[in-house]
Amino acid sequence: MSTHTNTYPQGDAFNASLKTRYRVATIWQFAFLSALLIAILALTALLYNVVDGAFGYVAYDYKKDPATFTPIPVNELTKEDLLVILKENLSSGAYNKLENEQKLETRTQGELYTLFLERLVQIDTKATWSMTDSLFRSAEIRAEAAEKYPDAQLEFRSWLTPQFLTTPMSSKAEFAGVRTAVLGSLWLVGIAILFALPVGVGAAIYLQEYAPKNWLTNIIQTNINNLAGVPSIVYGMLGLAVFVRTMEALTSGSAFGVTDSNGRTVLSAGLTMGILVLPLIIINAQEAIKAVPDSLRQAAFGVGATRWQTVWYHVLPNALPGILTGSILAISRALGETAPLIVVGASTFISLDPNGPFSKFTALPIQIYQWTTRPQSEFHAIAASAIIVLLVLLLTLNATAILLRNRFQRKW
Amino acid sequence: MENNNYAIETNDLSIHYGKFTAVKNVSMKVERKKITAIIGPSGCGKSTLLRAFNRMNDFVPSCHVTGELMLQGQNLYSRDVDPVEVRRKIGMVFQKPNPFPKSIYENIAWGARINGFKGKMDELVEQSLRAAALWDEVKDKLQQSAYALSGGQQQRLCIARTIAIQPEIILMDEPASALDPISTLRIEELMQELKQNYTIIIVTHNMQQAARASDYTAMMMIDDQRAGGVIEFDVTKTIFTRPKDKRTEDYVTGRFG
Amino acid sequence: MKEEALDLKTAKAQSFRQIDLRKKTRLGEGTIQALLFLTGILSIFTTIAIVYELGKEAMLFFADPDVTLVKFFTMTRWQPGIGEYGIVALVSATLTTSAIAISIALPLGLASAIYLSEYASPKARSVLKPILEILAGIPTVVYGYFALLFVTPILKSIFGDGIQVYNMLSAGLVMGIMILPLIASMSEDALSAVPRALREGAYAMGATKLETSMQVVVPAALSGIGAAVIVGISRAVGETMIVAVAAGAGPNFSFNPLDAAETMTGHIARISGGDLSYNTIDYTSLFAIALMLFLVTLVLNLISQWVVNRFRERYE
Ligand SMILES: Nc1ncnc2c1ncn2[C@@H]1O[C@H](COP(=O)(O)OP(=O)(O)OP(=O)(O)O)[C@@H](O)[C@H]1O
Ligand SMILES: [Mg+2]
Repeated sequence: MSTHTNTYPQGDAFNASLKTRYRVATIWQFAFLSALLIAILALTALLYNVVDGAFGYVAYDYKKDPATFTPIPVNELTKEDLLVILKENLSSGAYNKLENEQKLETRTQGELYTLFLERLVQIDTKATWSMTDSLFRSAEIRAEAAEKYPDAQLEFRSWLTPQFLTTPMSSKAEFAGVRTAVLGSLWLVGIAILFALPVGVGAAIYLQEYAPKNWLTNIIQTNINNLAGVPSIVYGMLGLAVFVRTMEALTSGSAFGVTDSNGRTVLSAGLTMGILVLPLIIINAQEAIKAVPDSLRQAAFGVGATRWQTVWYHVLPNALPGILTGSILAISRALGETAPLIVVGASTFISLDPNGPFSKFTALPIQIYQWTTRPQSEFHAIAASAIIVLLVLLLTLNATAILLRNRFQRKW
Repeated sequence: MENNNYAIETNDLSIHYGKFTAVKNVSMKVERKKITAIIGPSGCGKSTLLRAFNRMNDFVPSCHVTGELMLQGQNLYSRDVDPVEVRRKIGMVFQKPNPFPKSIYENIAWGARINGFKGKMDELVEQSLRAAALWDEVKDKLQQSAYALSGGQQQRLCIARTIAIQPEIILMDEPASALDPISTLRIEELMQELKQNYTIIIVTHNMQQAARASDYTAMMMIDDQRAGGVIEFDVTKTIFTRPKDKRTEDYVTGRFG
Repeated sequence: MKEEALDLKTAKAQSFRQIDLRKKTRLGEGTIQALLFLTGILSIFTTIAIVYELGKEAMLFFADPDVTLVKFFTMTRWQPGIGEYGIVALVSATLTTSAIAISIALPLGLASAIYLSEYASPKARSVLKPILEILAGIPTVVYGYFALLFVTPILKSIFGDGIQVYNMLSAGLVMGIMILPLIASMSEDALSAVPRALREGAYAMGATKLETSMQVVVPAALSGIGAAVIVGISRAVGETMIVAVAAGAGPNFSFNPLDAAETMTGHIARISGGDLSYNTIDYTSLFAIALMLFLVTLVLNLISQWVVNRFRERYE
């Protein structure tokens, strides 16, 4: 062996080569870390981009001068003034339509003022600027606005307002809100979970506690894992074919006497979403049930409990936090999914609150999609605001899930 | 350095996991080109001590070492010593064979390559395999996966790959405990041959093995704080025939516990 | 007192005589088990329903005398309304965007995984992992917004007029960011499944951390990493919203990332979003595309599951 001794670098030569190896190692370690930094950077950019779009200067003018309707300065108008102005200036058709939706007398001053701006003076947004620009280039923006839109007023605006949450959809970005969409999303998620939670937990119990180890069980398990990877738009196609079309009599409600609807209802969409999140719920519930130690089951069997008694009184209560956490993740998924809703036919413009499983609906992600793909920048601004609403909802849900997990976490 | 007969020396070496002291105040001199066995009951810190010799404990975040561990006049735990270089000079064979999921050939060539080996690789592979008494069994399937070998062959492959980087010292932590008696014997024979060129330190639970194969034996035992220490270190023959410490006598004669 | 005790004794003796260990039919138990079995089997029906419904409509599409498999796979234009049935026009965009996405997500995801599993301290991990999880939880429509209104303007300022407003590059890049957490977490699982003994073996031969990670751990985890990539591809192929928003609205046979083009998913979303009447070629053609999508992702998912299971067996 000693013949080889000279073929390894010795002493200083080895040290030198070691130094190179370490240098290479440092470079690579930095490269690995920078991959994570890029991910962080992307996340930051995304969040920044959204916030950046939801606030900023807008230049707008009125199509009609408010002075043509009333001598009173606009910011001093009372509810009574507004009622008179609206009654005098709206066409009787439009006025009656509004009265039918909700009696004008019963509306607040703010709502009437919005109507006044929307229907009579007709705000017209000329341009919007991002938050960063608005903060750091405000002088330039002023100059630019004064030059390009001499008649327009410049105002720093938050597109995300309390009204944005409470007003329904509108064809004008300035007056649009996400109320209908949020309610639609809630209906949708509610129906999905109502369907998927019992079925999913049932399937998980079956697979973990009852199923024999045979080919059928194997197929079911593989199948569930596969379903979890099927593209969401394929679920949309399934929903379109099965719920919207084949089962139209049921999902439109015509079998129950509701006639003014086709199969493109919140029920169809909710069921589609339920099928979509089902594998997710099953897999998570299985994990939760797996984590319950066998000693507990044996103890229950030992005192003469049947299998179901064991499951119901011992396994399920202990697996519950895990199952709930999994369900919350499923809800998050359902809340953000867009593609299947497009396919099963979410309405893109709807200003009536959903009032039952057979109503037409829109949902938060659908609105985001719609508004993002509009060319006008004011729609991008409300898309950004809607994204913030969606992200806050998701954040709340996930925080709940984490709290649940920590609260009930057991060390076996 | 030539007249220094000791491969490695420890002075008051203690090894701690967090607040727990696993090995306490070990001072021993390991002679060159000899086989030194470390014996003692389970949990007394044999592996911990052995892994301290080539700084494998660096990978346990809670572990830290006090005292001195001297190799050719350098403290292996002093700040300017490079752990990678330490491990290159002090190789290790583990309890369970752990070949890389590569071909037999690559298992040996890999270590040589990363350490800048410049000679003929085929030759090195052959010589290492011969030295590990494995060549005849694998010479026709060098490109096959090392996982296709038997446990005993895998362990000899691990010894071969350690030899290939030509360390000064080879540490072995119960290298035969996962093997059948025949493979165990082959490893013991192998150790006798390797002793011509290398210093070997071996941890073993097998008294006969220690008595048969080693020149020196260190007996470890835990004290009342569960910290392990070397209670007796001597020529193997002495340890097994005329131990000075009663506990050693009990242990080697099987009366322990 | 005495009598009572006696009574008890006889009662007990009697009850012992009455013990019956024969099997009883427990109606409740049986019903529950049957119901649970139904919920378990429902997932199979879902798959059957997908195959049946997609297959049925796709058959109608292919039954049209004008549609031939040759046209379907060789024509480079897709507009069923006027007799152009070349799915290649959509597949090209799906391939292009997916390729861009994977070429972003694979190196970044793998590097992140290596850092998390081999380098990061527990503390660093507890900060870095949630960030990846947040990234994974963001709805894809939000990524669409990001692609169209952040990435595209940046690309525009780089490529100028060479790049279209809708382009596959922007959609692909953002899709890569979206898939990154998936590949990172699956790869990390694979890396941390590699036994410690293997790492120690490498260190004991004087390997540096990098040499150990790249030349021993990563190769040992390769099949798991492969599975991650396959799942990533499947996710990219099936992703809809990013491409629907940012890649372009209209089939275009092109592999140029700077061009606008519509993917299979994007096409389904756009056409079905409009007014679509049943029993038209537009309607059935969507199902043909969806069937293709389903089959491709199914095969990819099956392969990756198979690889993961084999990988698990090896180290468990
Ligand atoms: N990574 C570690 N972290 C904390 N404590 C450890 C660690 N490894 C070992 N110990 C503790 O150090 C002590 C000595 O362990 P060591 O593995 O060295 O014993 P051993 O003599 O090799 O035992 P065995 O003969 O069973 O292999 C034990 O009390 C053990 O619990
Ligand atoms: Mg040990």
